[in-house]
Amino acid sequence: MRYGRRMTTTYAVLSDGLEKSFGEVHAVRGLDLAVAEGSVCGLLGPNGAGKTTAVRLLTTLLRSDAGSARVAGHDLVREPAAVRRRIGVTGQYASVDGDLTGRENLRLFARLHRLKGPAVRADDLLDRFGLTEAADRPASTYSGGMRRRLDLAASLVKRPEVLFLDEPTTGLDPAARNQIWAAVRGLKDEGTTVLLTTQYLEEADQLADDIALVEHGRVAHTGSPAQLKALIGSYAEVMVADTGALLGAAGILAQVAGSTPVLDRHRLTVGAVTTDPTVTLPRLVRELDAAGVALLDVSLRPPTLDDVFLRLTERKELAA
Amino acid sequence: MSTLASRPSKASATTAISALAYDGTAMLSRHLRRLRHNPGLLILTQSMPITMLLFFGYVFGSALAIPGEDYRAFLVPGLLVATAANGIMTGMFQAAQDTHRGVMDRLRTLPISRAAVPLGQALADLVVTAAGTVPLLLVGLAVGWRIEGSALRALGAVGLLLLFRFATTWIGIYLGLLSRSEEAAGQLGGATFLLPLLSNAYIPTDGLPGWLRILAEWNPISAVATAMRSLFGNAPVPGDGAWPVVHPVAGSLAWCVVLIVVFLPLAVRRYAEGEG
Repeated sequence: MRYGRRMTTTYAVLSDGLEKSFGEVHAVRGLDLAVAEGSVCGLLGPNGAGKTTAVRLLTTLLRSDAGSARVAGHDLVREPAAVRRRIGVTGQYASVDGDLTGRENLRLFARLHRLKGPAVRADDLLDRFGLTEAADRPASTYSGGMRRRLDLAASLVKRPEVLFLDEPTTGLDPAARNQIWAAVRGLKDEGTTVLLTTQYLEEADQLADDIALVEHGRVAHTGSPAQLKALIGSYAEVMVADTGALLGAAGILAQVAGSTPVLDRHRLTVGAVTTDPTVTLPRLVRELDAAGVALLDVSLRPPTLDDVFLRLTERKELAA
Repeated sequence: MSTLASRPSKASATTAISALAYDGTAMLSRHLRRLRHNPGLLILTQSMPITMLLFFGYVFGSALAIPGEDYRAFLVPGLLVATAANGIMTGMFQAAQDTHRGVMDRLRTLPISRAAVPLGQALADLVVTAAGTVPLLLVGLAVGWRIEGSALRALGAVGLLLLFRFATTWIGIYLGLLSRSEEAAGQLGGATFLLPLLSNAYIPTDGLPGWLRILAEWNPISAVATAMRSLFGNAPVPGDGAWPVVHPVAGSLAWCVVLIVVFLPLAVRRYAEGEG
């Protein structure tokens, strides 16, 4: 998915038309994915889009009904053992043993990976993830953030070529989330390919080189975060003091943003989507102020995931 | 397992077996470590049969008269077997917990022997069961039970008991891997305490109505309990009844082999394939 390097790029994950149904539910219906070696790819999509099923297929936990995939250079169906030797997985379903201590968990996984010196490797990872102090407590007593860090450490016991992170920060507080983000950036710097799923556009934006938007079990759109944001634009919103000022503000906003504004007479706000990169917060304020609009608040925020999917659906309808 | 399936050469079979031994040992030590962190659970499960021995032995024992026998001496082998049958419950509970707390899935993503994970659980269970037999036998001795045959036959009784436990654990592991939730596994597992009630573990089956007696005597627990009483020298083998009870040692071995041959591959396959 890195553009302009098509001839030389090797893919750590390459899937072709993967499909998986559970009875009547078609969780994944034709997933095509290409993740360049050493890159971070974000699978972004709402709950139920099929992200988790996709990861479970790519990590040998589920067998696909149709399609094929290669992970770390090996065929998923024919060489599952070779794939397992080269991947790490962290997700809500792939967890450590809560009845063992952090140290015991990491030593167990190091042993199962046939590492020489499992104790040393466990201590290294405990130190790297700030878990040395809690190392001898059962993992079930850890906080959510510590538990997630231990899960991540457990996936890294044998340095994986491809790391799968399924919603790595869901349910974490901002401080714990930032620690996971820092860890993922560190792994990328070391050359690990990372495929992560997330419901948060911000997370994909922060971590991913490429984003694949997943909807109804398919990749609906791919691109870099910048390309995606350019496509979707930002949302400008102005709050005024009274109803009288609303129409004036709407006029200016329509001109600047270049799209039809939406008025909310109850909240006294007017908002509009803009894909024009020259629309900045200072410019908005200047133009509204110059027109004599009495402003209470102005914001220019990145679109939410809902906006993204709404816009993509609109574009499809327009094209159809 | 996958290496075995794809390349059935002698070298890969040796590799698969040594991988099974190595990974199985790692999983065995994992389960034993868990118990060390949770000794309360161990004490609770071990004290249950002792409580039942005292309760049944003195409460029922005062009302039950078994010709030519002391009820408590009759009860001790029965309780040993009933406790071994709990392998279904503990196996199911452990496998369900690992499945629904994500441990199984993490293990499935590792490049380890596919049979090692359930095997490690079954072997750890065997170690715990063997250790748990000692206090029950000591209390049995205190309430009047004795080894009345040869030491060799008594050892055979313990071996048979552990084999039966190994067999029931595989039933439990398979059911636990199939379970929809930990709660469902807990409820179903709890219901298995009924199984020894429909056998000769606690009471002789001679007095049961015809069809119920047939059902009880074909219960594997009856065969193993009769074999234990015979090997410990507590009671003679009954002259009439269902085949496994009249030939208790052969019957018990046959039952164990059947259960293991059916449930071990089912459990390993279910573990390896997950939800599919």
